[in-house]
Amino acid sequence: MAVPKKNVAIKNEINHLLGIQNLSILEAKEILNQAKKFITLNRSSSKKIDILRGKTQINLFFEPSTRTQSSFDLAGKRLGADVMSINVGNSALKKGETLIDTAMTLNAMHPDIIVIRHQDSGAPNLLSQKVNCAVINAGDGRREHPTQALLDALTIINRKGKIEGLKIAICGDILHSRVARSNIYLMNMLGAEVNVIAPKTLMPENIEKLGVKSFTDMKKGLDTCDIVMMLRIQNERMHGSFLPSKREYYEYFGLTTEKLKYASKDALIMHPGPMNRGVEIDTRLADDINVSLVKEQVELGVAVRMACLKIYCKK
Amino acid sequence: MKKKAIINARIIDPSQNMDEIGGVIIDSKGKIEEIGKKINKNEISSSYEVIDAKKNILIPGIVDMKVFVGEPGYEYKENFRTLSQAALAGGVTSVVSMPNTKPVIDNVSMVDFIIRRGRDKAKINIYPCASLTREMKGEMMTEFGLLTAKGIVAFSDVKRTIQNTEIMTRIMNYASDLGVLIMQHAEDYELSKNGNINDGEIATRLGLEGISDVAEKIIVERDLTLLEKYPCRYHINQISSSKSLEVVKKNKGNGKSFSVGVSINNISLNENDIGEFKTFLKLSPPLRSEHDRVSLINGIKENLIDVIVSDHVPEDEESKRLPFAQAAQGAIGVETLLPLSLELYHNKSLPLNKIIEVLTINPAKILKIDKGSLKKGLSADICIFDLEKPWVVKADKLKSKSKNTAIENRKLQGKILMTFLNGELLYSQS
Repeated sequence: MAVPKKNVAIKNEINHLLGIQNLSILEAKEILNQAKKFITLNRSSSKKIDILRGKTQINLFFEPSTRTQSSFDLAGKRLGADVMSINVGNSALKKGETLIDTAMTLNAMHPDIIVIRHQDSGAPNLLSQKVNCAVINAGDGRREHPTQALLDALTIINRKGKIEGLKIAICGDILHSRVARSNIYLMNMLGAEVNVIAPKTLMPENIEKLGVKSFTDMKKGLDTCDIVMMLRIQNERMHGSFLPSKREYYEYFGLTTEKLKYASKDALIMHPGPMNRGVEIDTRLADDINVSLVKEQVELGVAVRMACLKIYCKK
Repeated sequence: MKKKAIINARIIDPSQNMDEIGGVIIDSKGKIEEIGKKINKNEISSSYEVIDAKKNILIPGIVDMKVFVGEPGYEYKENFRTLSQAALAGGVTSVVSMPNTKPVIDNVSMVDFIIRRGRDKAKINIYPCASLTREMKGEMMTEFGLLTAKGIVAFSDVKRTIQNTEIMTRIMNYASDLGVLIMQHAEDYELSKNGNINDGEIATRLGLEGISDVAEKIIVERDLTLLEKYPCRYHINQISSSKSLEVVKKNKGNGKSFSVGVSINNISLNENDIGEFKTFLKLSPPLRSEHDRVSLINGIKENLIDVIVSDHVPEDEESKRLPFAQAAQGAIGVETLLPLSLELYHNKSLPLNKIIEVLTINPAKILKIDKGSLKKGLSADICIFDLEKPWVVKADKLKSKSKNTAIENRKLQGKILMTFLNGELLYSQS
């Protein structure tokens, strides 16, 4: 005799993009392959498709951001989703509401995907436990910024054809950088060798355990590198707290044409932006289209975010 | 009260080097009249109330040197009644209550209040600790003399450290004359600023700011240097790292007299247990590496660490369900202190005698209180436990008002069966 099925709602396991650490190589490659297809779409005259029509995307930004937020905004719109952006400056969170309460409130509006940027490491993980839609991490504290790493990977693949076997240097404020962490995980996963270069005060404890070699000398760290990723260094860290001065930092860690010569001949430069010209990078070098991938990073960022939205959005 | 006889127990009382099968006679005033192997069924008069311990272990009631009660100001986290229930269910009969309440216990009238409340509402012995400095600001010392006269057993700023070396010097100097106990939390704020967990690989991976073990070591070293010149009764609340332990070892080796505590959490868990941002494991001092954990256990073995405390810090859900950096520190622990300590016996890290010693007579000696022992004439504060019984920790089954246990779902072995206070059976496992 057939047993009648109990009327139990089965909660589907939702897939979130919380960090590269939680990603399998297959998932990473799926995102990159999907993103490649969107590059062409984004360059065409009609950029809008409707695969996310009827879906609601909420961008929840607790930290000011221009490029990441607009990139996610555009990505969602190009896929046909209804996109709502909340900046904390004018929300209830300023009035003392906790992250969980905000999550519950937003959850009640039935979003299909929430994109979150938060100053605290782990905030997207907490959010993902409380909502029943997918959560995409758009940067949390100093932990992860997975879509940035993915767009960096796509940019490299676009130019160099592959990542496997490349040597990549990440240079600057590694300690405070989520971009550095996500890139270390992803580039390692995709088969690159990663060097990190920073003054001692901006290098995290036990960074080698993440699978990198660490250097305090640009000459050694850049040696035979194919890609040089520069990181933004914040002004408030330059006045004696972490570093003696801007000019001393530029002298030893600023990327100049001369220092770039330590890297391999056809080395390319990347920067997640926003740049401090003349602090971490020579201004002409940053604009040199022969070596700088900065603009391409921004362009491909939209494609990568479209891919992520498509893949993670609640079915 | 009718005279009681507990028979057929394995009595472990490190204060009198006792580990034997026997019994305890409790007189009509709740004091120990007789104890040891000579007490057996045949010798008991029929007028006694007889309790058969069925070969389970009988120890002095546990003395927990670091417990936060919640009264006054944080009654929603814990109060004397709920704390007593939790403590008794854990075989704990005496606690030192921390002064970081609202308002802070830093003056005589607050001490009156806490003693009165404790007497009326608590079912266990409450030994209040007052703050070292007014409002725990680390600036002006409290009235050590007057407060001691009111019944304060120790002085501590709990989770706060006296940063100013000059003030610490004066505190130790003044205290050395009065003979009061100073309990320091060792943490250099400049080094631990914004820190959340142990500085190391896990902190780097989770993107959390780390607290270096140097932050602790530097204060331990400073205070022990001062102790040379101002020999007061000095106790370090909790150490968490092997580096601090080295300093302790060097100084105890030089014959300096002071005592050291460790939280049960720091010897049962390590930083890896934090997983992906488990805020219930956000503690102060933080959980450190496995190497540190093992070193601390060895420190107990070598008598470098004198006591294990629960560091019972009840926190409501709202203070914990937050991003890690914003979440409150601390975990409850008074109820699981003994069972979790017994894990160290079962995994052969520590002998049973040693565990009982650091939970009973050692803290009592440091505090100079007549507890932690079953010598004739003392109050019959007794805990009887089944050494082998397995059980699983479930927060909602714990008696504390707050449920922030760091060891949810942990499988433990060893369960408290009965707890007596002044000869009265106040807890019995149903």
